[in-house]
Amino acid sequence: MSRVRLLVGTRKGAFILTADAKRSRWNVSGPHFAGWEIYHVKGSPADPNRVYASQSSGWFGQVIQRSCDGGKTWETPGGGMTKTAEGMPAGESNKFVYDVSPETGKPLTTHQWYDGTQHPWEFKRVWHLEPSRSDPDTVYAGVEDAGLFRTSDGGKTWGEVAGLRGHGTGPKWQPGAGGMCLHTILLDPKNPQRIFVAISAAGAFRTDDGGTTWKPINRGLHSQYIPDPTAEVGHCVHRIALHRSRPNVLFMQKHWDVMRSDDAGDSWREVSGNLPTDFGFVIDVHAHEPDTIYVVPIKSDSEHYPPDGRLRVYRSRSGGNEWEALTQGLPQRDCYVNVLRDAMAVDSLEPCGVYFGTTGGQVYASADAGDSWAPVVRDLPAVLSVEVQTLP
Amino acid sequence: MIRVVLPPHLRTLAQVDGEVTLVVPAGGPVTSGAVLDALEARYPMLRGTIRDHVTARRRPFLRFFACARDLTHEPPDAPLPDAVVAGAEPFLVVGAIAGG
Repeated sequence: MSRVRLLVGTRKGAFILTADAKRSRWNVSGPHFAGWEIYHVKGSPADPNRVYASQSSGWFGQVIQRSCDGGKTWETPGGGMTKTAEGMPAGESNKFVYDVSPETGKPLTTHQWYDGTQHPWEFKRVWHLEPSRSDPDTVYAGVEDAGLFRTSDGGKTWGEVAGLRGHGTGPKWQPGAGGMCLHTILLDPKNPQRIFVAISAAGAFRTDDGGTTWKPINRGLHSQYIPDPTAEVGHCVHRIALHRSRPNVLFMQKHWDVMRSDDAGDSWREVSGNLPTDFGFVIDVHAHEPDTIYVVPIKSDSEHYPPDGRLRVYRSRSGGNEWEALTQGLPQRDCYVNVLRDAMAVDSLEPCGVYFGTTGGQVYASADAGDSWAPVVRDLPAVLSVEVQTLP
Repeated sequence: MIRVVLPPHLRTLAQVDGEVTLVVPAGGPVTSGAVLDALEARYPMLRGTIRDHVTARRRPFLRFFACARDLTHEPPDAPLPDAVVAGAEPFLVVGAIAGG
């Protein structure tokens, strides 16, 4: 019988929630890495027992954790003792170092700072881990300050995919309130050379050659908070999602506006339609219905909670514009939580399961594509991310 | 033998209980830099958690204490107190009071 495994990152540790295909009774494991911020936990599509976690803290910086048994036990790849031929310790761990120009040895680029000056890139943490679809040892990491890294040895060593920062628009990128982070990595399921990423506040970018060259894909976005609302870069994209059967169709939750592209990001159009507010963070796509999408509207950029104190997921079955509120089982009064950008996921069971976590520590699950909801847990630390694995 | 006390999160990460004892290579003064070099050599998973990977500078919210003195702002090549060198007193890596 199939089962699901939720991988939940919180402000104070990771939790693993498991259930059978009915998704009604849950087992809770955790906290793993208690006391640390866990921005993201994600399993390998190629080997579901291989799971990676981003563990960080203001005191101790970034640690990468790896599990080979579905999250029961963990190790720090590269953290074990190995020796060189000369007998010197050769362990490497948690090292994310930005590339420099091979010609000058200087930083590749600078970005815009809050005061308008140019500022060098400084590594802070890993926001998002995206394991390869085919190789359990290959993982992409989206980091703050915004950059893309890749490991091909299971997390022991990381190298920058420097073409992204190096393509020329870097000096126009700037940090949003949450920092300047690369938070979304979508590996095209049909074209291994194509990757989409999104950065706050720079926008969306695409490579069609496996990461060597990149271009901004922000045409059609409109952002009132930048001097030129239709600029090539500078947009605060919060999340992008696609359906594996139709990777040229992208859905975006921007700082404001829900957007859709039918040409792999070359152009976008707004599909906010009848949403009560089009501010929000998460967006995801039904596992079996490419035109069924989910968002959680948040009141505004200065009021990060649901409108009217009512926690509502909105579902569109038409790929946007026409939205219905999903409320059954969700608090409809006095609810002032937020749902952060990596905190929604869908499983691939039938009917499709939908999950999201809140800054109030609840993880809600729907086993009927959003028609009804129930809390899996109510009192975790603030939830930063939710991923789900559908297991045989 | 140098005794080092790590904060709880780093003890968990390094999978050690209590104090860590280290041998600092002979041939030079025993300094905080030499102690941290020896610590990271023995526990590579701690690399980057106390000092920045690239600059080797102390992470901002960590402090170094020994013999009831704050050595945080001493140069990394300054000799440590004799009591630390002799193993009579530990070198403490302490998380600053910050965050929540």
